[in-house]
Amino acid sequence: MNLFKSKLATLSALALAASISSASAKDTITVAMQLEPPHLDPTSAAAGAIDNVVYSNIFEGLTRFMADGSVVPGLAESWSISSDGLSYTFNLRKGVKFHDGTDMDANDVKFSLDRARAEDSTNAQKGLFKGIESVSVAGSHTVEVKLSAPNGKFLFNMAWGDAVIVAPESIENIKTTPIGTGAFKFANWVQGDKIDITRNDNYWGTPAILSAATFKFISDPTAAFAAMMAEDVDAFPGYPAPENLAQFDADSRFQVIIGSTEGETILSTNNKAEHLNNVKVRQAIAHAINRQAIVDGAMFGYGTPIGTHFAPHNPAYVDLTGNSNYDPDKAKALLAEAGYPNGFTTTLKLPPPSYARRGGEIIAAQLRAVGIETEISNLEWAQWLEQVFRGKDYGLTIVSHTEPMDIGIYANPDYYFQYDNKVFQDLMEELNNTTDPAGRTKLLQQAQRIISEDYVNGYLFQLAKLGVAKAEIMGLWPNSPTQAIDLTNVHWH
Amino acid sequence: MEKVSIATIGKYRNLIIGSMLSLLFLSAALISFLWTPFDVTEIDITNKLKTPDQIYWLGTDHFGRDILSMIMVGARTSIAVALVAVGIGIVIGTPLGLLSASRKGGWIDEFIMRGNDLVFAFPSLVIAILITAVFGAGALNAIIAIGIFNIPVFARITRGAALSIWEKEFILAARVAGKSTTRISYEHILPNVMNLLIVQGTIQFSLGILAEAGLSYVGLGAQPPMPSWGRMLADAQTMVSFAPHLALIPGTAIILTVLGLNLMGDGMRDIFDPKLRNTRA
Repeated sequence: MNLFKSKLATLSALALAASISSASAKDTITVAMQLEPPHLDPTSAAAGAIDNVVYSNIFEGLTRFMADGSVVPGLAESWSISSDGLSYTFNLRKGVKFHDGTDMDANDVKFSLDRARAEDSTNAQKGLFKGIESVSVAGSHTVEVKLSAPNGKFLFNMAWGDAVIVAPESIENIKTTPIGTGAFKFANWVQGDKIDITRNDNYWGTPAILSAATFKFISDPTAAFAAMMAEDVDAFPGYPAPENLAQFDADSRFQVIIGSTEGETILSTNNKAEHLNNVKVRQAIAHAINRQAIVDGAMFGYGTPIGTHFAPHNPAYVDLTGNSNYDPDKAKALLAEAGYPNGFTTTLKLPPPSYARRGGEIIAAQLRAVGIETEISNLEWAQWLEQVFRGKDYGLTIVSHTEPMDIGIYANPDYYFQYDNKVFQDLMEELNNTTDPAGRTKLLQQAQRIISEDYVNGYLFQLAKLGVAKAEIMGLWPNSPTQAIDLTNVHWH
Repeated sequence: MEKVSIATIGKYRNLIIGSMLSLLFLSAALISFLWTPFDVTEIDITNKLKTPDQIYWLGTDHFGRDILSMIMVGARTSIAVALVAVGIGIVIGTPLGLLSASRKGGWIDEFIMRGNDLVFAFPSLVIAILITAVFGAGALNAIIAIGIFNIPVFARITRGAALSIWEKEFILAARVAGKSTTRISYEHILPNVMNLLIVQGTIQFSLGILAEAGLSYVGLGAQPPMPSWGRMLADAQTMVSFAPHLALIPGTAIILTVLGLNLMGDGMRDIFDPKLRNTRA
């Protein structure tokens, strides 16, 4: 039934591709994404799909991430930091205009930061702004931010999509008509289908090379394959089916771009659930899991095994996979020690991505081998967010945490893992107050060890970025240092 | 009694082929309770995506599970879901149909038949998806969803057949003898509509298997790790281009089973209802 449908889709896509003449010097692009954003305000929702569309393309922050993950000046041309580390003075770029023609000045920055850190703010990453004590306008293009304590991550925090600069004039309709300062302007949104953006000819910096771009939403892996093969879309930076990559690689029309993401893929564990609140049980689960089998079986070999909640490409990463090496006998012994010699039954709730659905089946089989039965239920994203993420009604789940440097989530006892460890929370507090890089690295490594040795979650693998694009496309980010599909430098060869 | 000849076999061709196909899958399902070539839930990534060979007769899937074992246990899932769903239809639908016929024209008859129309008016698979989406995915809810749509089928067919039997003289005789309508319904009407119910049951059974496969395909039927033909198809989708056997094998299993049951139903109808034998298009 659906096979037939996808064939039809292929046919119609072929027909479409044929009708568009393959003119040279192409200056538009169609990029596919798996998920459609719920709206387009990156400062009021966690959905990564929003940032994928708007980050750097439409909205910019004081600082910004580059493709290699480095943080460079964005709308702030330069800044000075007081010797006590408590006061940041940002000098904003002059002549920057929002897409509606209004000037971007110090008042907009103050508005954006105050809005994000306000009591009633719906910002998904309020933690980024927690240390801000006050924001004051020191000149038309000068902003002074006072912190309550020194924060070594402040400039990094300001690069996040959740910290972009918005204008009070256009805030009302930001969710449907985002107006930013970026190299592209929002043009059109056909719900359920696509979002169009066009080049901003009044951009303050190097203008975009493409004249327009379209984001198309294709979540079904079969449809994704058909759309790529039919050349209906030009690039798919987060391609959903790793099993098809070999075919694209062998096809000269396409390039396969494998990179790293900030996505720690973990077997998230409800640390307050029955059975799972026992560290021995969690350790048993960790030893029952064969990571390589999951990487091979669910991701067709793409992914790096991890032993803690930290990206392996980060210099501060410690390889702790040894804490949870595959050892089913040890797992059985630990279960017996914990008082469950005959195992127990828990739930395994899986969101839609194939790493979760396939990984879940493999983990269920591995856990069964040591006596732990899991009741698998496959959930849609909305259900998953409702039941698991907000409702905390789960035993185990699999999800990739794609935010950069997000080990701090373990300090929040209300987060859906419900991990409550005072030592860890104090450590994070100390980290936030540490600016010296060597000291930070030491603390980060200590943090990685604590959660690894507490077996808070099952640490599986670092999600690889699997991208497919037409061979002639240049300038796509190979890695995902943040959630972004930055098109500002993309062009056809 | 006709002599067994080529012509007779030709006459019963549908029934024979159909029964053989149905038996094949029924026995596969039964054998799977005692034995499967491999453990159906055992994941062995190093042996994934094998094409059929001497060890894995039908190859392995993307987790290295033996496809033959999965087909056998999947047959069990399909048959169990379809059987219980048809059972629900017969057990609830038939008495409703009998009651309706015995009260022909009355408000009970109207009420039951309009209720049937209401259920019939919805596309069954869509409502089955709705039911499982609301009450949660799983084999049990799939059974209930498919079962509900079998009720009006059996109610209608029973009523239609029963009405003509109510006109028969032996029913008049039973009435004169003082039997209640309920007793007549069960003692005289039901045995006379039984043939029809068996034929319809076979057809509905095949539709049930198809519906179960459809629900599993969209992820609302039997949940992993319980093997199901529909989910095998869904899992195979993205791998069709380099491992076509993953889709072809469960697809063929579904086609053959449904074909077998339909042929068997047709064959039985030919026997029970000779009038229809040559009128089928």
